[in-house]
Amino acid sequence: MTTRDIINNIKQTVKTKQKWPIPVIITLFVFFPILINNSYIIDVAFFLGFYTLLGLSLNIVLGEVGLFDLGHMGFAAIGAYVTAILNTSFGISVVILLPVSAIAAGAFAYLVCSPVIHLRGDYLCIVTLGMGEIIRLTLVLNPFGITGGPNGVFGIDFPSIGTLFVVDNSIKFYYFIWIIVGFVVLALVRLQSSRIGRAWNCIREDEIAAESTGIDVRSYKLLAFVIGAALAGVAGNVYATKLMIVSPESFDFMESCLLFCIVLIGGMGSIPGIIIGAAAISLFPEIFRTFAQYRMLIFGAAMVLMMIFRPEGIWPRKRGAIELKSIMTKAGTENG
Amino acid sequence: MKVFLEQLLNGLTTGSFYALIALGYSMVYGVMKLINFAHGDLFTLGSYLGYTILVLGTAYTTSYLGLWGGMVVTMLIVATCLALVGTLLERIAYRPIYSSGRLPLVVSALGASIFLENSIMVIWGARPQAYISEVIPAKILNIAGLRISIIQIIILILSFILMSILYYVVQKTTFGAAIRACAIDRNTAALMGINIGTIIFFVFAVGPALGGMAGVLVGMYYRKITFIMGWNYGLKAFTATILGGIGNIPGAMLGGLLLGVLEMLGSVYISTAFKDVFVFLILILVLIFRPTGILGEKVAEKV
Amino acid sequence: MAKEKNVEIKNNNIDISIGKEEKTVLHAENLTKIFGGLTAVNKINMKVKQGQISSLIGPNGAGKTTVFNVVTGIYKADGGRVLFKGEDLAGNKPHQIIKKGIARTFQNIRLFSNMTCLENVMAGQHCRSQQGTWSAVLQTAGYKHEESVIRKNAENRLKQVGLWRFRDELAKNIAYGNQRMLEIGRALASNPDLLILDEPSSGLNDKESEDLIIFLNSLLKENLTILLIEHDMNVVMGISHWVTVMDEGKKIAEGLPEAVYSDPQVIEAYLGKEDEEEEY
Repeated sequence: MTTRDIINNIKQTVKTKQKWPIPVIITLFVFFPILINNSYIIDVAFFLGFYTLLGLSLNIVLGEVGLFDLGHMGFAAIGAYVTAILNTSFGISVVILLPVSAIAAGAFAYLVCSPVIHLRGDYLCIVTLGMGEIIRLTLVLNPFGITGGPNGVFGIDFPSIGTLFVVDNSIKFYYFIWIIVGFVVLALVRLQSSRIGRAWNCIREDEIAAESTGIDVRSYKLLAFVIGAALAGVAGNVYATKLMIVSPESFDFMESCLLFCIVLIGGMGSIPGIIIGAAAISLFPEIFRTFAQYRMLIFGAAMVLMMIFRPEGIWPRKRGAIELKSIMTKAGTENG
Repeated sequence: MKVFLEQLLNGLTTGSFYALIALGYSMVYGVMKLINFAHGDLFTLGSYLGYTILVLGTAYTTSYLGLWGGMVVTMLIVATCLALVGTLLERIAYRPIYSSGRLPLVVSALGASIFLENSIMVIWGARPQAYISEVIPAKILNIAGLRISIIQIIILILSFILMSILYYVVQKTTFGAAIRACAIDRNTAALMGINIGTIIFFVFAVGPALGGMAGVLVGMYYRKITFIMGWNYGLKAFTATILGGIGNIPGAMLGGLLLGVLEMLGSVYISTAFKDVFVFLILILVLIFRPTGILGEKVAEKV
Repeated sequence: MAKEKNVEIKNNNIDISIGKEEKTVLHAENLTKIFGGLTAVNKINMKVKQGQISSLIGPNGAGKTTVFNVVTGIYKADGGRVLFKGEDLAGNKPHQIIKKGIARTFQNIRLFSNMTCLENVMAGQHCRSQQGTWSAVLQTAGYKHEESVIRKNAENRLKQVGLWRFRDELAKNIAYGNQRMLEIGRALASNPDLLILDEPSSGLNDKESEDLIIFLNSLLKENLTILLIEHDMNVVMGISHWVTVMDEGKKIAEGLPEAVYSDPQVIEAYLGKEDEEEEY
């Protein structure tokens, strides 16, 4: 059976509304580290969770609302650095800093996106790209000496509540990230089927119609950015505590580009698709480790090929393969 | 004052690079409504090709044809090769995707960019390469008390000539009118009998060709080239495009030169380190306050 | 002959309105809109009375849709103002205007193509609901209650426009005539006081147009006021209580349908433009 067959199989089962795959998947996730006693693989699984969280955060902006955001890693950087700086300079617990990072990233997104939220597709793309770069460059340039320059900030604590609950090894980090992802998925699924999610999708379909149907387009777009940024901030926080060091190069354009691909390759707006996309992206470097030099070459080619042959993604949203043409041509053309 | 004028000249020189690259962005975006992310890498490819032709074989070309002959031949070869690569790029990575919409095009453009950038790395290596001094006219002249290098004069004159030719073609010929018509409304232009295929071929050949030539000039000016420089130049050239008004050929030229000067002013009077941040801030400010750019016009959307 | 049937319906309408005091629901006062060098709407004065069906007609390019766009907040007026139930609408964005009670449809149908018909109509309820992000995530009782209310209202509206059987179908997959009705259903879902329809019969065949006429009449019973842009004279003559005619941005005639129909200026405006939409 090819991978495609397996995927189609799973799709079929889920479509026929049999609920059993979900408990099975959850059980697999829970027992995974116990079955696989390999620290390296568990770390890979951690990063799968990390990219899934990031993918989910970008999905709100890109998948649900259809806004091109090519600088999303910038928000994760904010979260990571807020955690790193406040923890190493003031000794504040990183667990407390988790919501703080979320709020910081969200507030930053609100401030920075408000003036540009009205821009249409392509232009927003470039602006977010520019913003991501500005964040990275500012971190490198070390204003007021707080960001540590190109070397970054190191010595970040592990998450801990008192002395009982300490996350200090691969297995615990694995559970930590995936529990967070679990909650986020639950929240996002609920949002998706709510009035808010509907409003977002309406904006993606036709902004003018959405506005005329009573949706405050500007507010909802900002809301999407704020929530997306906050979740990215959370991811940044966990990343900082896992690696114990943060540096600007972890948050460059290439990473934002990868996130973009995760959402697109997985299938815009589709939550299961994001997980698959995250898997594709985080496992890709592992699979191609032997071809190190040609790795990015293959990746670039894969992106192009993917768009030629399956632009709707591996697991498109169950509403029906979203015809990107109708959405995206409206996003930018003069004749609506 | 003297220093200021020399710096101004430097700004105009870098501005010429941005302008030549920006032209490629502007033409493609104007006609295809596509941000060709790979364009910066085409520029890089040009500089590496120039490097190969001029420098490898211990400056064989130059020793055979002389300094000027070498330069001319290099420019011609690079322009031709880049025109070829550009049209191939369109054919392979973009044409099959037009019908799928904007977003897949963006991803494909990004993918093509990654592919090109890494191809350059694979072929020429990850370490920076250098345009050795034997192949570059290195004289520094003293005109009216100002120190100007010959290479700067070459760059300014050559850029001016290239841009003038393009300006003439686009603004004064029938073919140019066809290009401008496509930039306004491609579908209607097609209905009016304009051969879109020719226009597409033109923008994807001439744009990269200009970018490639800019690459050679950059190599000769800065002497050092790296495979990732397309990223930085590309983004700045795109800023120039937006500044001048996207889809607008004279706008791209103006935007490029203006950006070069602004960047120079920023680095001299504010801070050299924050130079790049300064440029990106300009980008964002322009998009907020005057998204159509200096020379652009508003296009109303019919509801 | 078809004309007799129209006269029949028309007489019924006139009976309803005679003797009642008619409030002005919408009042466009010296409304002006300029695009670059073109004055699309030139000092238009228009009143729409409560409980009536009014039509705005005129050759293509007369500025009718522009008037709608200014009323619904998509464009800002360059001169004059629009009063809705006495309140000046200036400075309001479209999503605020629908909340005040004006809902509209578009000339080139603007549905949410990749959402189901039911979801499209549920979207119309957006301005009549207020549960936010937190209550959605936490699934509070208030949220669940509101969702069921939204769903119920949407289902009713969908049934009202006769599209219940398509509720789970993607909007882009249903027939053109049904898409028009769906758009009307979405507009109705916001419980408007004034319904503005931009060429609702465009693209419909004769049977569908007749059904539309009957449907629009039925809406009057809900205390709705309707303003139409129309090209189909059958529809205009058939149900309008009042007709306003525009040409090149200016109002050139208004009055009862037959009066306007035989007005020489109106005839010239249409015939002069060689408007082939004129079926008569």
